[in-house]
Amino acid sequence: MNIIVCAKQVVDLSEMKVDPSTKKPILKGIAQKISDIDKNAMEEAIKIKDKHGGKITVLTIGPSDAKERIKELLAMGADEGALVTAPDNIDYHMTATLLAEAVKKIGDYDIILCGEASVDLFSGQIGPRVAGLLNIPQITYAQTITAEKDKITAERNMGEQAVTTEATYPVLITVTKEINEPRLPSLMQILGAANKPINEWTADSLSSGLKPLVETVELKGVSMERKNIIYQNDLDESVNKLVDSLAKEGVIRG
Amino acid sequence: MVLVYSDNTKHAIEMLSKAVEIAKQQKKKVTAVIIGKTDEKLAKEYIAYGADQVFIAEISLDSFKAEEYTDILSKIVKETGDETILISSNKNGKELSARLGGKLNAGCVADSNNIYVKNNKLFAERVVYSGNAIAVQQFNSKPAIVTIPSKTFDPLKKDENRKGEIIKKKIDAEKSSSKILKVQEMKTEGVNVEDAEIIVSCGRGLKNKDDIKLVKELADVLKGKTVGCSRPIAADLKWLSEDHWIGLSGHKVKPKLYIAAGISGQIQHIAGMRDSGIIVAINKDPEALIFKSADYGIVGDLYEVLPKLTDAVKAKMG
Repeated sequence: MNIIVCAKQVVDLSEMKVDPSTKKPILKGIAQKISDIDKNAMEEAIKIKDKHGGKITVLTIGPSDAKERIKELLAMGADEGALVTAPDNIDYHMTATLLAEAVKKIGDYDIILCGEASVDLFSGQIGPRVAGLLNIPQITYAQTITAEKDKITAERNMGEQAVTTEATYPVLITVTKEINEPRLPSLMQILGAANKPINEWTADSLSSGLKPLVETVELKGVSMERKNIIYQNDLDESVNKLVDSLAKEGVIRG
Repeated sequence: MVLVYSDNTKHAIEMLSKAVEIAKQQKKKVTAVIIGKTDEKLAKEYIAYGADQVFIAEISLDSFKAEEYTDILSKIVKETGDETILISSNKNGKELSARLGGKLNAGCVADSNNIYVKNNKLFAERVVYSGNAIAVQQFNSKPAIVTIPSKTFDPLKKDENRKGEIIKKKIDAEKSSSKILKVQEMKTEGVNVEDAEIIVSCGRGLKNKDDIKLVKELADVLKGKTVGCSRPIAADLKWLSEDHWIGLSGHKVKPKLYIAAGISGQIQHIAGMRDSGIIVAINKDPEALIFKSADYGIVGDLYEVLPKLTDAVKAKMG
């Protein structure tokens, strides 16, 4: 069973700061990491490989330093990596096109696994877009996956409904955070990852002349204008003050 | 044309009001799409809420599959010449719109909370970086696909006298090789957090499932009676059903009063409740993120604060 895991390098949101005057996020110099849910996809790939054998390839579109992040997934258990250097102004159309072309270049695959969305932008577009481009079935929001020799079944969380879907290969599956707990690689695995190959491809070599269909023209700050009145001394007094304030606000009737 | 599609009538009606506004600016008309069986009553409803035409795609499919609905919708788009496509941001809508974007080579902006036309270009804004920024996105191509969360726009006033055209057409979808084996309604407790005026919400600060009663008691005296929660309580621990879940992947709420007890204030949660009227935070960690998003806050253990607050509210309300 050959599996391709699509993983994205993102800014570590927990380390992101906001410029106090403009309220805009400061993205430069922030630590990068593999988007959390992509690690769940990786974990699921390893489980499937443990059962059926095969090969796991990690595929990333990103800056050249994303190679370091790919190594984390190689340490978890992927066999090889592929990094496509991202062009400027990349949008979902370009990312998905490059992923689909890279998948074709890798060639032999049964399953493509992705996180349901990346934790930085949380659009959730990439999985379905890539499946559409490759014209293969998509199974989104998988909470459990059972891979068999000639078909795969997934239980999906569709909000108001739980839907169980079955598909033959090849198939693209997006997973949710709840599907598993991604493993932490051992020191030996981390050291071993250094010897696993990471192929680097340019965007142009996969698809030339790609232009964004959607451009982010501005990143605006968010002013969460709240009163921020925090009571933290005597608890009884705090509670009474809060109730008085809520009554004055008219949200509770005194 | 500006196309509107949702599998949820209420949601489609909300999007129609924005579609009418955009269509006016683009000098276009609005098409509402119904996929499934012919429903004249629903078609007339859409017209009363702003659609110039309703396209009913009659199909012989039992259930939603993104692959098949993408095929149907792309055929409709080709036939009606739609340039702007609004789809609801529920899970079906999101996987449908992104696949459609791939198939049509169209730009797509997911979960937009603001759409407008400026200098003949279409713009859509969306919240990114877990609520810390708003990305202003400009479409460079047509068609443009935008998905919209429920409750983002207010519907137009219903006008039964509005006239519109109803087009019915049988559409054959390219069959997907995937099979739906089972559809189960999610276990719910019949809670509708999206319509609640007062919500008391709990998070990882709760130690036991039974302690939810502390939250319920406060919600009851506030006459809100609605209990919400953050992701871990619904998704990981399953102490409450998912209809209580408030956040980016859960429900988006706008109550008059939102009380967050034992919720750290991860931006994914804030994204679901940021539009609330008054936000109150209770957390024992004075550094908790939630206080930055709160109007009022009490630094203290929820196990002490909640019973005291319940009593104080009871006393105040008489």
